Amino acid sequence: MDDLVQATNLGRRFGRRWAVARLDLTIQPNERLLIIGPNGCGKTTLLRVLSTLLPAHQGSINWFNGDTEPRKHIGLMGHDPGVYEDLSASDNLRVFSKLMGTEPGDTANLLQMVGLDDRSDPVARYSAGMRRRLALALLLQKQPRLALLDEPFAQMDPGGIAQVSSAIHALPGAVVIASHQVQHAAPLCKRAVLMDEGQIRWTGPADKAEAAWRALHKERGDL
Amino acid sequence: MKATLRILQKDLLIEWRARSRTVALLSFAYTILLLFAFAIGPDAAALRQHAGAYLWLGLLLSSTLLLDRTMRIEFEAGAMSKLMLVPVPATGLFYGKALANLFQLCVVGAFSIPLVFVVCDAELVESIGWLLATLFLGAAGLAAPGTLYSAMIARLSGKQLLLPLMLFPLVVPVMVAAVKATSLAMLGDPMNQIESWLTLLVCFNLVYWSLCGVLFGRVVEA
Amino acid sequence: MKSNWEIGVGILGLVMLIWAHYTGLFVAPPEAMMGDVGRILYAHVPTAWIGLLTYLVSFIAAVGAIWTGKWAWDAMVEASVEVGLLLNVLLLIQGSLWAKPTWGVYWTWDPRLTTCAIMVVAFGVVLTLRRQIEDPMRRLTLSSIATIIAFVNVPIVYLSVKWWRTLHQPYSSPDTVDGTMVTPLRVAAFGMLFLATGFVVRRWRQVSKKLAIEVQAPDLPEASPPLQVEDAE
Repeated sequence: MDDLVQATNLGRRFGRRWAVARLDLTIQPNERLLIIGPNGCGKTTLLRVLSTLLPAHQGSINWFNGDTEPRKHIGLMGHDPGVYEDLSASDNLRVFSKLMGTEPGDTANLLQMVGLDDRSDPVARYSAGMRRRLALALLLQKQPRLALLDEPFAQMDPGGIAQVSSAIHALPGAVVIASHQVQHAAPLCKRAVLMDEGQIRWTGPADKAEAAWRALHKERGDL
Repeated sequence: MKATLRILQKDLLIEWRARSRTVALLSFAYTILLLFAFAIGPDAAALRQHAGAYLWLGLLLSSTLLLDRTMRIEFEAGAMSKLMLVPVPATGLFYGKALANLFQLCVVGAFSIPLVFVVCDAELVESIGWLLATLFLGAAGLAAPGTLYSAMIARLSGKQLLLPLMLFPLVVPVMVAAVKATSLAMLGDPMNQIESWLTLLVCFNLVYWSLCGVLFGRVVEA
Repeated sequence: MKSNWEIGVGILGLVMLIWAHYTGLFVAPPEAMMGDVGRILYAHVPTAWIGLLTYLVSFIAAVGAIWTGKWAWDAMVEASVEVGLLLNVLLLIQGSLWAKPTWGVYWTWDPRLTTCAIMVVAFGVVLTLRRQIEDPMRRLTLSSIATIIAFVNVPIVYLSVKWWRTLHQPYSSPDTVDGTMVTPLRVAAFGMLFLATGFVVRRWRQVSKKLAIEVQAPDLPEASPPLQVEDAE
């Protein structure tokens, strides 16, 4: 099977600090991959580079077998929700679907999948958790071949976590999740990767992720 | 081309939903005009003479607020990243936003004109067509470079003060031409000069609407 | 060992300027319309020509920077805008000094003077941007764009203010130059050219060096060893 994404010797720096270094990663089509690591290990940077929004300073990435316009098929749920605060949730969905040139479809249904009511309030009135749910809905709407989620469970209440999990199940294509909440993210993924200081230290099955995490802490002397 | 239209629609939708901000902007424009009148004092002749200048100064000051705001909405919640991922072509994004800015500037201008006429006791000697053409071309002259520069500034956090400074040199030809043409329309144009001023505005717009469209892509990429 | 030819060129320029100004001040005949006041011509005109030329260089450098993304062009943008701005401010001061005895005021909406003042702001903005932006690549992109727009704007501003002025009243300015005045003027022009070249190239070297250090990629960190994970449970 051809790799969906192939990253070789990836490097990205900010000023004099390498946020991601010597990174080799392949992502298979429809794979579910978990990325864990301590704060500042480069997870967010890696996701942004994989999304094409951030160019790499070193190494190379190949998306979808050399597709020259990969952005069409990539979705990112980043730290910022990526929404228009003056518009309502369904307005946002409609705006982006129009921009993509597709039909908005059933926006109420999409919102329900992430646990949002179809209110006419502008997003500015939403809580942080609600905004992130909308970001997830936008991602679902795009139906990307590669979905990148940066801390999807952050700022979610327990009900929200369940909804985010089921929404992630509904994503087509490959899904890469970067998360601290290993206990929620690991069941959704098959493979996991542990990052530290910009490099990959370990890769293995997702159910071993917690053990790898403990091993890293032991090495650092945190426990 | 389609992208331009969709971005234009999106921006107009946002401004419609947030129309309280437009009302605030109009109030700002009105306040400026009234302040000018107060500053000049009860000198009716001076007010009438310079009504064109007050109109455009009010528009210029309002435009810095407007341009900053319409670009900031793309960055404050990270919508720009989503736009880049659609992907929306940079030129489509530029022209869509610039046209939306143009529309809103025309709205502010259209609401300001009656106030200027009332406060300055101005007349319209030449046909209203000239006045409206001047409004449109002058607003366009502000919109194109303003959209480009506001995108530059929006990325630099906390540097909003730079926008008027950056726009000022560009805006001088627009102001000169627009004020002249407006004044001639109001006070009379015996030597048929309005056309040449409008020609200058057209040339300015041709240059900047194309140049800024080309350069915009480099500004929004990482 | 790189040659520092620009120092030699700059000194030559200075010498030429000194000769030209001496000649202009004491030897050449007074200007027909303005008398001795017209002698500022020898300083003012070369400053204007070379100032504009320097800005043209910055425009070309900015286009080169945007096109190629190479730091050498970026350094040239900074160097030429700095020198151009210096000449520009000088021009403003000279223009005001000329205006006072000629028109009775330090400032007037003469198209050239007005364009000059606006250019100071436009190109000053370029330098301000360069100071404010930390990321070298963004700095290259944004300051080059600002330079291109500033330069494109120069003829437009000039034309619009000229039309605006001529509709008010005609203005006087020396256009014809007497034969005996041509030589010191030419020498002054070339002198200024060489001096400016010396400054620009010198500055360019300095900025290039600074940029080279700034954009130099730091070493990659050592490859971390793979993590040992016991197969628990």
